[in-house]
Amino acid sequence: MIATRDAYGQTLVELGRENPKVVVLDADLSGSTKTAPFAKEFPGRFFNAGIAEANMVGMAAGLAAGGMVPFASTFAVFAAGRAFEQIRQSLAYPRMNVKVVATHGGITVGEDGGSHQSVEDLAIMRALPNMTVLCPADGPETAAAVRAAAAYDGPVYIRLGRSKVPVVFPQGIDYAIGRGQILRPGSDLTFVTTGLMTAQALEAAVILEAEGVAARVLHLGSIKPLDADLVLHAARETGALVTAEEHSVLGGLGGAVCELVSEGYPVPVERVGLRDVFGQSGTAEELLVHYGLTPGHLVEAAERVLRRKKGR
Amino acid sequence: MLNEPTLKELQGVACRLRVETLKMLNLAKSGHTGGSLSVLDLLSVLFFHKMRHDPSNPAWEERDRFVLSKGHAAPALYACLAEAGYFPREDLRTLRRLGSHLQGHPDMNKTPGVEVCTGSLGQGLSQANGLAMAARLAGRKSRVYTVLGDGELQEGQVWEAAMAAAHYGLDNLCALVDHNGLQIDGEVAKVMNVAPVGPKFLAFGWHVLEVDGHDLQAIAQALDNAEETSGQPTMIIARTVKGKGVPFFEHKASYHGVPPSDDELGRALEHLGHS
Repeated sequence: MIATRDAYGQTLVELGRENPKVVVLDADLSGSTKTAPFAKEFPGRFFNAGIAEANMVGMAAGLAAGGMVPFASTFAVFAAGRAFEQIRQSLAYPRMNVKVVATHGGITVGEDGGSHQSVEDLAIMRALPNMTVLCPADGPETAAAVRAAAAYDGPVYIRLGRSKVPVVFPQGIDYAIGRGQILRPGSDLTFVTTGLMTAQALEAAVILEAEGVAARVLHLGSIKPLDADLVLHAARETGALVTAEEHSVLGGLGGAVCELVSEGYPVPVERVGLRDVFGQSGTAEELLVHYGLTPGHLVEAAERVLRRKKGR
Repeated sequence: MLNEPTLKELQGVACRLRVETLKMLNLAKSGHTGGSLSVLDLLSVLFFHKMRHDPSNPAWEERDRFVLSKGHAAPALYACLAEAGYFPREDLRTLRRLGSHLQGHPDMNKTPGVEVCTGSLGQGLSQANGLAMAARLAGRKSRVYTVLGDGELQEGQVWEAAMAAAHYGLDNLCALVDHNGLQIDGEVAKVMNVAPVGPKFLAFGWHVLEVDGHDLQAIAQALDNAEETSGQPTMIIARTVKGKGVPFFEHKASYHGVPPSDDELGRALEHLGHS
């Protein structure tokens, strides 16, 4: 178990050693976003903007225009929310080479409560032309995503979490922006998942196997670009999809998948995620149960979608 | 300090830029006249005297960078870039047309010589900060210049950026405020008073200068003074006249976002001696 933000912090330091153009900005949360180790090793290439996210994003844009490779970090609510228009105008519109790495995405922020739990950032970022949106499942994928983002020329939004999550991928995974990964074969239905819900879906698939149901698990660590081929194949081959994300069911992974299959190959889809509500205080585990994001809930969603598939 | 021939030449350039700006706005049939005219003398001194840049090589690493934070004055910037030779003067006739590289607001990916995308007010100073930081990190001697509107100072991000520029001691950064006192809805002092501008930037840790924004000599001297300043960024508060150079446009908020009609263009060119 490792938190994706921890994997980010380690990878940033490695990138700092490899590429002198990598610079990091933070908005007074370097201890939480894990940019602090980079700041310690490369104080001249770390810029604390203070509690001023708009200016942080704007300075990152200027640094990129000046030839640097900036990573700008804060919590997802402040990155995609407070600094939205700066991300739109100063990063996405000019296709600026800035990586916004937002930690504390979703409800597993926990005790800080709904004000600090971003349930809408993927939807907001996905709507921006030119933007790449990544949501890794675990530590190894985070390391690979951060490296891929550094190598890619253009704006990238990476959503990471606060809590420790199970490791799904091996270290040094084969990774490409925009490519999904089938983590488990299956022909009865497909779990299409992102972020920490991928590990939950793998558990759900084991439970379903005992019931004689073969569930495919398709992980999409790239919300945009979306791996349309793998999703449409899954729709065609399994005839039923369950999307799962630690995010609102509106506009994020569930939204993206529904948009795609409704045009490309319509099949029943059940969306697991927050049902258009904000989060609240509690432990990460309690909140996952409360908002229906456990393997048990995924099994129920699978059963619902299978009934709809049969009824067609 | 400008010698007499340079001063005369710059005055001629500024006059030509006004003519080009008015013509392109008239052809485009939309755009921001008042704020383009108020900023033109500042841009003239920057582009044709102070800044080190090479229109034949816009990507020259050691160039000074310019950010038009008040991006709605794009016509004035485009006139400068064409005059300098970044692109043919004829292109100015395509301002705001479909497919033109001259967008309503500056676009770095479309127009040679434009460094960043601006137009959404309040964001340029932050980007200028970043450019100044990058120049320092890369060991470049290039300086960064940015022009803000006075109404733009109402945006909170400007003050975040002002804090950061002083905090990081960005003495390779020089900002200018085109202080014409008017914004779309009327007088800045009545819409949302930003005064006193100088003391605010002083309090934020900036080196502050105030000049007549239409006195080319004074502008040049202030820019030299800024370059000699170390340890802190410089803010040049340039007192300007909205619509400057065309008497019937001057001091009028109503000409903020309105282009000159054919009749107005004719009278304006006559006044500027270019009819």
